[in-house]
This record gives sequence, C-alpha cells and structure tokens, in this order.
Amino acid sequence: MSSPILLAVEDLTVSFDGFKAVDGLSLYLERNEVRVVIGPNGAGKTTLLDLICGKTRATGGSIKFKDLELTKMAEHQIVHKGVGRKFQTPSIYENLTVAQNLELSYPEGRTVMGSLFFRRTPAIQKRVQEIAEEIYLDEDLDKSAGLLSHGQKQWLEIGMLLIQDPELLMLDEPVAGMSVVERERTAALLRKISNNRSVLVIEHDMDFVKDIAHKVTVLHQGKLLAEGKMEDVQKNERVIEVYLGH
Amino acid sequence: MSTQSVVKASWMDKFGGRGKLIQILIIAILILGVLPMVADIFRLNLYGKYLTYAFVAAGLVLCWGYGGILSLGQGIFFGLGGYGMAMFLKLEASSPENTAIQSTPGIPDFMDWNQITELPWFWEPFHSFPLTILLILTVPAFFAFVIGYAMFKRRVGGVYFAIITQAIASIMTILIIGQQGYTGGINGITDLRTLMGWSIQTDFAQYVLYFACGIALILCLLVGQYILNSRYGQLLIAMRDQEDRVRFSGYDVANIKIFVFVAASVFSAIGGAFFTLQVGFMSPSFVGTVASIEMVIFCAVGGRLSLIGAAYGAFLVNLAKSSLSESFPQLWVVAMGALFIAVVMLFPRGLAGLVSDYATPVRDRLLGLFNRKPPAPKADAPKPESARLQKRDGVSIGSAQETH
Repeated sequence: MSSPILLAVEDLTVSFDGFKAVDGLSLYLERNEVRVVIGPNGAGKTTLLDLICGKTRATGGSIKFKDLELTKMAEHQIVHKGVGRKFQTPSIYENLTVAQNLELSYPEGRTVMGSLFFRRTPAIQKRVQEIAEEIYLDEDLDKSAGLLSHGQKQWLEIGMLLIQDPELLMLDEPVAGMSVVERERTAALLRKISNNRSVLVIEHDMDFVKDIAHKVTVLHQGKLLAEGKMEDVQKNERVIEVYLGH
Repeated sequence: MSTQSVVKASWMDKFGGRGKLIQILIIAILILGVLPMVADIFRLNLYGKYLTYAFVAAGLVLCWGYGGILSLGQGIFFGLGGYGMAMFLKLEASSPENTAIQSTPGIPDFMDWNQITELPWFWEPFHSFPLTILLILTVPAFFAFVIGYAMFKRRVGGVYFAIITQAIASIMTILIIGQQGYTGGINGITDLRTLMGWSIQTDFAQYVLYFACGIALILCLLVGQYILNSRYGQLLIAMRDQEDRVRFSGYDVANIKIFVFVAASVFSAIGGAFFTLQVGFMSPSFVGTVASIEMVIFCAVGGRLSLIGAAYGAFLVNLAKSSLSESFPQLWVVAMGALFIAVVMLFPRGLAGLVSDYATPVRDRLLGLFNRKPPAPKADAPKPESARLQKRDGVSIGSAQETH
C-alpha cells in the first residue's frame, strides 16, 4: 500500500493504420476506486481496456500497474499480476457447468502439467461456493452455463474474475441487456466487490453510472474530454455537446 | 448444494466415471477376446493393422474434437513412428552375413543400390532397440512441438493450421521419395523379418504383436480418458469455445494447444510403429495427404468427441474399406468422400453420437426394468456424477457443435 495510485496510464496512444483510436490519453486510478469511463461510440473505451489487458499493443505511452509496465507484458502475465477483464458480450464456457466455469478460473493449475495433475481441494470447493453465492448463482452450480439467462451469464463472468481476486477489475458494459432488477443487483454486487479492489467500468446506462461511480472519465475520439464527479461532468458544456446532450 | 460435494470422488472419476471404464472394458474384451476367437490369423493381422489407425483417431479426438485444432497431417507422425520401427528392423535384416552379396555389406539393400557406401549418421541410433523406442516417441513429439510452437505462439489456427499441416505432410512424402538412398524412396522400407532375432512373420509372432497392439491401444485410451477428465481436459473445451476468456484468465493458450498437438502426435507414432510391425513394411503412401485425410475421416465417423467412438470408427471404416475395395476398387474413393460428407452434415458427433442418442436411452430403460425389483445401491450411488458427465459429453457439447 505504498502509493495510492494503482494504475497510471500516461500519454497512451494506439494507431490502427494511421487512425488513432486512443490518442495521448492519461488516466490515474486510485486503490479502491470505482471509475466509470463513458463516451460516444468510437471514443476508444473498449480499446483502452484492450490496451491495459494486453489484447492490443500500444504504439506509444505507458501503462503502469503498481510499478509494473504492462505494455510489453504477455496477456496471461498481466492477469497473474492482478488485472482481470470482463468482455462486452458474456464470455463464459457454455459447455461446462457453472461450478466448472468458476473452478477453471481459480488461479491454480495454470500450466499444462499443473492442470493435468490438478486436485480439487475442499478449500477450492469452498471458494467456488462462496463466489457462487456472491453472484447469485449458488442454486445453479451444476447447471450447464449455456442454459443461464443473459444476466446470469454476465454475473458468472464477473464471478470468474472475482475468484482470481484481482486488484484491478475491468468491466466492459456489465449491465447491457439486463432487466431493471438485474441492474440493481449488479450495482449492489459491484459496490460489494469494490471494497478491496479498484474497478474500471465502461457503461452507457447513466442511472447505473450515477449509482456506482466515484469518478467519471469522459472520452471523445480517443482523447480525454473531462474527468471528475458525475454531477460536475454532467454540467460540463463540452461533454453535453458531444455526448450527454443528445 | 451441488452433487460435487455429495458424491465422494473415486479413482474412476479420473477416467470419466464407471460408465466410461465399462465402455473401455467392452472394447478391451472385443479386441483381446472376441476378435482373436472369431478370426483366423490372416484376418486378425488385418484387424491389427486397422487398430493401428485407432491410435491416430484417438489422438485426433483430443486435438481436433476437444482442442478444436484440426490437423490434416497426422500421417507425418504415423510415418515418423512407423519409419522409426522400420529402420530398426531393416538394420537388423541387413546384417553383414545377410547382405554379403552387396558391394557394401552391412547396410540396407536400397542404400547399396543407390551407391551409398556408409550408413548415414541418423540411421546409427536405430541399431539399439531401447533407443529406437525412445526415438519413436520423442522424434514425433519434438517435431509436433516445433510445428506447434511456431504456429500457436504466432496465433496461427483454424483453417490455416489445417492447410499448413497438410502441406507439411506433402513435403514429407516428397522428401522421403526424393531421398531414395536414405529412405528407400517410393517403395518404402521393405523386407523386414525379425525383431531382435525373433521372426515377426510366424503366426505366433503375429498373435503376439496383435495383442501388444491391442493392449497399447487400451492404455492409450485410458491415458486419453485421464487427460479429458482432468482440469486440462476442461481447459481444452473452454479454449475451443472461448479462447480469449481462457487467455485472460491467466493461461498461456499456446502451451495448452502445443501439448494436445504433441500428445496426438505421440499417439499417432505409437500406431505407426505397430503398423510397421504387423504389416512388415513402411512406405510414403501412409504418410502423405491422402492418408492424413483418411485418418480425419476415421475420427469423424467414429465421433470426434469420443475416444472410444473414434477407435470403433477407425476399425469399422478400415473394415469397410478393405471389403469394398476388394470388390469395387474404384467405388471406394467415392464412398469414402460420401461417408465424410454425410457424417459432417447429418451426424456431426459420428457413431458415438448416434449411440448416445439412441442406444443409451434404451439401455437405461432396460437397466431400469432390471433394477426395479431389487433396489441396487451400487448402481444408484454414482448416478448424479455420471449424469453430470453425460450432460457434458453428450447433450451440451453436441448442441454447441451444431451451432458451429
């Protein structure tokens, strides 16, 4: 707990054949902070998450997580350092059960040999059960994950990240396509899990954003447009112009 | 909560539960008991040859069915295993006494015909039987590792991988045919007679080799079953369905793929070695593109999600092949193509899928009638577990296959 800054993105740029999807972006995320990134389509929100988790390689700038430079690291190593990322469309293993989905995400047996000789200990079973309760799926542990509802699939993927206990959790539109009740439960879930970790969320649903965000970052055309508390950002004229006003 | 904690884990679960072990027991009885009783030694030797393809098909189940990696070059590894064994047998057949009439005695006859006067360095290790066995297992594994490393680390996959493996199989045939002096060329390595002084052509030897092949196949099926039921096996399924999710859960996806490709190559190589022993020669026609594609058909017909199904598939397609090609040589190629198309379009899970869809419910109903009067605790106890696995093996995977 040396520095309050967990993630420092500085002057980050990525260009796809000359098109700069993220352009000189700097962003600082504190420990235990819930930050929401908003912005119109094509603002570079998902690309930002791709850059942090290593799916896309930066053309310039740096991403420091604790004191580690992430831009050169392999994807699975970034995960080992404590960065978890949820994709926009629920990415779960539909042919496996809920319990198997969670167990596969448990951070052990991650090498070929480790997975061949992996043993399911009571501690792991207990942890799977705990996480399942947290994501409201403890009744469905033996259900094939493909049979879950859309909202439950989103929770399951969040659970698969939680079981890895990441210090930074990145969620790409976690409530897209959810019912009102599901949104509320997701907001409650996010508040609970953000107690001891930082969360970076991309979301369009403004009520949900107000509900969870400590701070909001607005992106536009790959650049930082505004940053601050939701109420302040909403009053910002440039933000209203490009995004919220519509 | 879940049945996971209710049912005590037994050693059987490591191999897919009691049901799967019974299926393996049945295939063991068929191979080691029934076939030797009903077939004469000529037929049995042919059956043994068919079974060598079951090794390849089982490897493809791991690699293609579960790992989603279609290799159209399994003949490469079958060939490496087969040639390794053939080189050992050939050196034994080429003792200086046997080859006294050659201009250079003590080297294989085809080398002598090609004006080679010294045994090439890579033939030397095949003087030793233990070293030969080691090389039969490690050379294909190393080769598969190099191919896998080069491709999977660069994220080459899918159709590209299939085409590249196909091309390598083709290159390998050209190489073998072109380097006649070192490999025996298009005729292959022929005239193999003894294994450590023991004739492999007698009826008794063919029985022994058949049983050795059958036992090795059962062991390979058990190893495959263990792999599929470990966490690694689940990872294969997960990777096939959501590769990015596996990668961003902290796994090095390339390593997982390399391992399954290497495992499949070793299975193929063991099959190749037994092929040489039972057929008595090895030639490039068992290595190339046609042979490699046939191997995929064996696997597809048997069922690419079932190790045991693939073994049956390899056996039955080969049986059909030899009986049909004896009477209608031209028709066979067409029939094989038609079979492949039919399986892919109508029964994507192959014979194993048909059995689990139609025969298993009938069997369960019969067992249900049977068990009704005396309540059988033995049969009931592992039920939740087997039902859970059944669901994974059958219904859910099958439904995903159809949506691909």
